[in-house]
Amino acid sequence: MKRDNLQLDKNGNLRHFLTIEGLKRQQLVDILDMAEPFAAVGAKTVKKAPLLRGKTIVNLFFENSTRTRTTFDLAAKRLSADILNINIATSATSKGESLLDMLHNLEAMHCDMFVVRHSQSGAAHFIAQHVAPHISVINAGDGNHAHPTQAMLDVFTIRRNKGEFAPLRVAIVGDVMHSRVARSQIHALTTLGVTEVRVIGPKTLIPSTIDTLGVHTYHDMEQGLKDVDVVIMLRLQRERMRGALLPSEHEYFHLYGLTEEKLALAKPDAIVMHPGPINRGVEIASSVADGPQSVILEQVSNGIAIRMAVMARCLGRQPDSGIESEVKE
Amino acid sequence: MASVIRNGHIVDPANGIDTSGDLYIADGKIAGIGNEPAGFQAEQSIDASGLIVCPGLVELSARLGEPGQEHKGTIKSETHAAAAGGITTLCTPPDTIPVVDNPSVAEQIQQLATEAGMTRVLPSGALTQGLRGEQLSEMQSLKESGCVVMSNASRPIGNTLVQRRALEYAATLGLTVMITAEDPGLAGDGCVHEGFISTRLGLTGIPECAEVIAVGRDLLLVEQTGVHAHFSQLSSARAIELVAEARQRGLPVSADVAIHHLYLTEMDVADFNSLCHLRPPLRSQRDRDAIRAALADGVISALCSDHQPHDIDAKLAPFAATEAGASGLETLLPLTLRLVDEKLLSLPDAIACLTSKPAEILGSNAGTLSIGAPADIAIVDPEQRWIVSDKSLISQGKNSPFLGWELKGRVQYTLLEGRVVYKAEQTQNS
Repeated sequence: MKRDNLQLDKNGNLRHFLTIEGLKRQQLVDILDMAEPFAAVGAKTVKKAPLLRGKTIVNLFFENSTRTRTTFDLAAKRLSADILNINIATSATSKGESLLDMLHNLEAMHCDMFVVRHSQSGAAHFIAQHVAPHISVINAGDGNHAHPTQAMLDVFTIRRNKGEFAPLRVAIVGDVMHSRVARSQIHALTTLGVTEVRVIGPKTLIPSTIDTLGVHTYHDMEQGLKDVDVVIMLRLQRERMRGALLPSEHEYFHLYGLTEEKLALAKPDAIVMHPGPINRGVEIASSVADGPQSVILEQVSNGIAIRMAVMARCLGRQPDSGIESEVKE
Repeated sequence: MASVIRNGHIVDPANGIDTSGDLYIADGKIAGIGNEPAGFQAEQSIDASGLIVCPGLVELSARLGEPGQEHKGTIKSETHAAAAGGITTLCTPPDTIPVVDNPSVAEQIQQLATEAGMTRVLPSGALTQGLRGEQLSEMQSLKESGCVVMSNASRPIGNTLVQRRALEYAATLGLTVMITAEDPGLAGDGCVHEGFISTRLGLTGIPECAEVIAVGRDLLLVEQTGVHAHFSQLSSARAIELVAEARQRGLPVSADVAIHHLYLTEMDVADFNSLCHLRPPLRSQRDRDAIRAALADGVISALCSDHQPHDIDAKLAPFAATEAGASGLETLLPLTLRLVDEKLLSLPDAIACLTSKPAEILGSNAGTLSIGAPADIAIVDPEQRWIVSDKSLISQGKNSPFLGWELKGRVQYTLLEGRVVYKAEQTQNS
């Protein structure tokens, strides 16, 4: 109950962005629509829109990240906000200062938004439950739970390439068990009404109750890829070999690595996506990652536009508030 | 001192008593029910009209914080809470700091409890030294120093050979072993039931089989060693099936469940609610239904609160980083009475689950109103409604998953050996 309300203010507008789950289709479409003009900002010489001038955004990263942090950083700068990057090794907070003490210290510095990445599932919810009322929290990845801006940039990339969501079949391949990206993608894709979401992987990496999220499970790559429009490959963490989840990278690539031969089973115009960073030769062959069907680099640039839209939305910009004209100024 | 409790609804399941009348106490013992004993001179009288008069409750598992974690609770604070919950005897697990693996810690706990004077505290002794699951503890010394059962508490023994030896040795001494059934490898660093919610929230799950495999293993060892074993706080339908089957075959095993497992399920974690971070974890609706059925048909013989008071910070973190456990001493009785309202149990059966049956598991003579038994008594207003809140709880631990619930039934008096150790503040709306 609190879960649904936590992200929204009393008027039903987005205040925090913690998870896709519980958001309505129109709320997702609003973000996608808002991101469209921002996607153009990146292409211009003067890459700034003044929407968030005077706002202070803190990138609060308790877990290492290059790509996500950089794109949030760029997104904030292109909206003319001031941005503060704080990297905290998780061990530092567990040893001394508590998470809440640190937050209250930052609040005292009059910030408007926290962009949070943390290794614990639920960390962004926890922070959102305890921050001062004027602060928005954006989840930049919490444990294995959610990574909603990644999912939004992925569906944005899908829409730009495929148009309508309704006819699409999407396959998510790999370590779904430990993937916050997959969980958020599943919620986004089912909310946007695609025909089918499939997850493909060995039983050790697919939760047995994943069907409760409205997806179909395949353990065989050839069957799973048949007739799909979008193939999303997940990153395989090396430590999965140690937890007795997989025997070797070699065998994993043999069974579930995306090669040109396997990709040929999908629709001829299928696109290939990956949230990065890629393990070439582990989950995806270089020829596919760099091939004509890959939209992996497009995902990265779309990430900036989506994060601009989410930041603007959480700081009170309405979907139809003349963003296009401001961007063009 | 001689006292009389007048006009109460006396419920004493051990003696098949469910009647209205007076209860007489002399020299700290039950002197009579119904008819006034010859020559009885009451010095004190309690009017129990409209109230239930039953044996003081016997709690199988309550952590008190002391020794070692006094910021969570002390023997004084938690036995006070116990008395407010109608509890007059409680068994405390050995995972204190230091561990109850030697007589001095067992004696210290009992001495502090005696000084507090609110509730009998029966320590359980560590099955292995330091609860490390390697070397057996000196169980005979622990027994002589007042430990009524042996247990490895929340640190189940992974090495089956050590478990076998520990059960054999306990059987040699005629000691009951309380078992928290969980396969440590399968449980791993899990923090919720492996199922719908763990998948949704991306939290590491503790699979049902972690409990079922442990129960299965230990039932085979019970069969081999002949030890009296009691499974603490079972949480899964499958494990309960195994216990039911073993009891049918005549194995000397019993089991309890924690009261919160009768009301809550994994769905209550859905908001990353750290108050519902419990061990064993809250499981599925199906498991909850099976627990209820097993309680009704007697496979589960006792209910407990599995009380674990925590300081505020222990629950203030992202879910997996919080500490497991609920403060439960004061909600045990009203939540059990609610099972009577829900027609799952009769009133005498419900009271038995909290009194005579847990007493039997502990080998204690508490939990009855037999003539000559210690006058440990709870007097309860079954109709009084109250709201669980950090203010209404006496326990130092305010970490109840039932915060905000309106419960019915509140203890008015608790007597320990005939002495009033707790009396509710007068309330207008009772």
